[in-house]
Amino acid sequence: MKTASAPSVSRRVGSGTDRASSSRLAAPRAPSFLSPRTARRGLSLLLALLWLIFAIGPIYYMLIVSFEPQSSYLNSNPWFPTAGVTAANYSAVFAGGFGQYLLNSVITTVGTTILAVTVSLLAAHVIVRRTRGISAVIFRVFLVGLAVPIQALIIPLYVEVLRLGLYNTLLALIIPLSAFAIPLTVLILVNFLRDVPRELIDAAQIDGAGPIRQLTSLIIPVAKPAITTVAIYDALTAWNNFLFPLIFTQSSNVAVLPLAIFNFSGEHLIDIPAIMAAVFLSAAPLFVLYVGARRQIIGGLTAGFSR
Amino acid sequence: MIGRVALRKPRITWWAVWFMAPACVLFVALVLVPVVVAVWLSFVKWNGVGAQHFVGFSNWSQLFSDATAGASLERTGILVAASWVIQEPIAIALGIYIAGRQRHRAVLSALYFLPLLISGAGIGIMWQNILSPIGGGVQYIGAHVGVLGFLNSDWLGSTNLVFGTVVVLVAWEFIPFHTLLYQAGTRGIPSVLYEAASLDGISPLQRIRYITVPMLRNTIVTSSTLNVVGSLTIFDAIYTLTQGGPGQSTRVFALDQYIVGFNEMNFGYASVLAVVLGILGIVISLIIIRVTGFGRMRSQAEGI
Repeated sequence: MKTASAPSVSRRVGSGTDRASSSRLAAPRAPSFLSPRTARRGLSLLLALLWLIFAIGPIYYMLIVSFEPQSSYLNSNPWFPTAGVTAANYSAVFAGGFGQYLLNSVITTVGTTILAVTVSLLAAHVIVRRTRGISAVIFRVFLVGLAVPIQALIIPLYVEVLRLGLYNTLLALIIPLSAFAIPLTVLILVNFLRDVPRELIDAAQIDGAGPIRQLTSLIIPVAKPAITTVAIYDALTAWNNFLFPLIFTQSSNVAVLPLAIFNFSGEHLIDIPAIMAAVFLSAAPLFVLYVGARRQIIGGLTAGFSR
Repeated sequence: MIGRVALRKPRITWWAVWFMAPACVLFVALVLVPVVVAVWLSFVKWNGVGAQHFVGFSNWSQLFSDATAGASLERTGILVAASWVIQEPIAIALGIYIAGRQRHRAVLSALYFLPLLISGAGIGIMWQNILSPIGGGVQYIGAHVGVLGFLNSDWLGSTNLVFGTVVVLVAWEFIPFHTLLYQAGTRGIPSVLYEAASLDGISPLQRIRYITVPMLRNTIVTSSTLNVVGSLTIFDAIYTLTQGGPGQSTRVFALDQYIVGFNEMNFGYASVLAVVLGILGIVISLIIIRVTGFGRMRSQAEGI
């Protein structure tokens, strides 16, 4: 950006000495806070800040309200409370079993990510090594699966989960979530592994490394960036999924966070500060990760779709 | 090359099968089989517990006389169109803006992406309480800030307003993601193009109009397609916000399907709706893959 605009500025200033030229050249010589360039930048910044208010205003509100006492919440300005801060709402959320739901969410997310990435990595390794025949056909079928919307399959999946005896267990979430993660996970891994030089694999083979050794000592270390990206994508998807727990689980001891906060908000209709505390806590682990590893999270969010 | 393939082929087969098997079993059992079952169920009458009765096309003919499904499909169409018209221009503008490397723009972009971290269910619940007629933050502003008096409305209770509220909420949920796509797309434009243009003395607005936006063409296609599929299948945020109400004023197609299936336990007819939703989603998604993924992969495969 800087290198692009520098020549144009010097050109304008240079030609500005020619007083006979058009009046718009006078603008760059005006005080800088009045120049069109400053005005334009100011307007862009203003619009950007307006959007910022809209984008994070609700999150700010959620956080602020979650610390307000239930008693004073209705009688004060909820945006800028003066009545003091309380952690009582958070205690209420933990008393409502938040620890259990958090654990369920972690188990579901970790289980789904490990299962999806493992089976996809094995498949991707074959697809890259054998670009013809049946593995190419399987790859195409996976790609078509990328297009199937989960929402359209909830009835057959529900029937299947019941028949397999998985209903109301965390496996009823982990197994279908992993299956739906396979197409994109395989696609991203295949795209990455294709760029691993064949000579490396051939060399490993000559050294006597079998398929499993090749995978653990060569492919996995080389493909680490792609594996990280796709694992984050799969984890975010599993963490935030609401539809599967809504349909496949029933008891609170297997509820994951998105479902738990929905149930919680149904049970605490008027206790808005506590509901806000619950929603905020359900996203808090991701906020913490975002602060620590923003680049990786952003990479995971756009996995496979950014260009 | 030919010799290598011929040599490797017999050695590779045994392990390739075992490596492929787990992904294939999972995928077939939980994606492909359900597709077939969904189509089968659309021809039976079934409440999920008793016996299934084959009824031919009667579920399908019911679709054409079902006013609720028709209205929900129409609502979904309006949501898809409104979302695209509102979200894409804002996301393009924001994406181009935060593609700049200045410090304040980096800070803005980090904050813009925060909504992406909250689940759809969390977003619905959060907004439900912000818009609550009792002590909600938005109504509070409307009641206390004169110019913004219009905010003091029953955003979720009024059948006239609630659909507009949903459109705004969906925009809030999805614009950050599309902004992210456009930021990445803008950063991928070769700076040589801008340098050449600046020598020609074009204004910054012309630069966006004649270089940035045309160069974002692929991103616009990707983003638009994801936008359309996302609005078509949206469930979590609307379900947790309104559960389709008040009345049926926010009952979009994915909600209609869920309610017919799991509240009315009419699995046969709900499967008709599911198949329609699936076909719409697949047709649109195949466009994404054709426009973005497929072309790219084919060219990479040729290089090997």
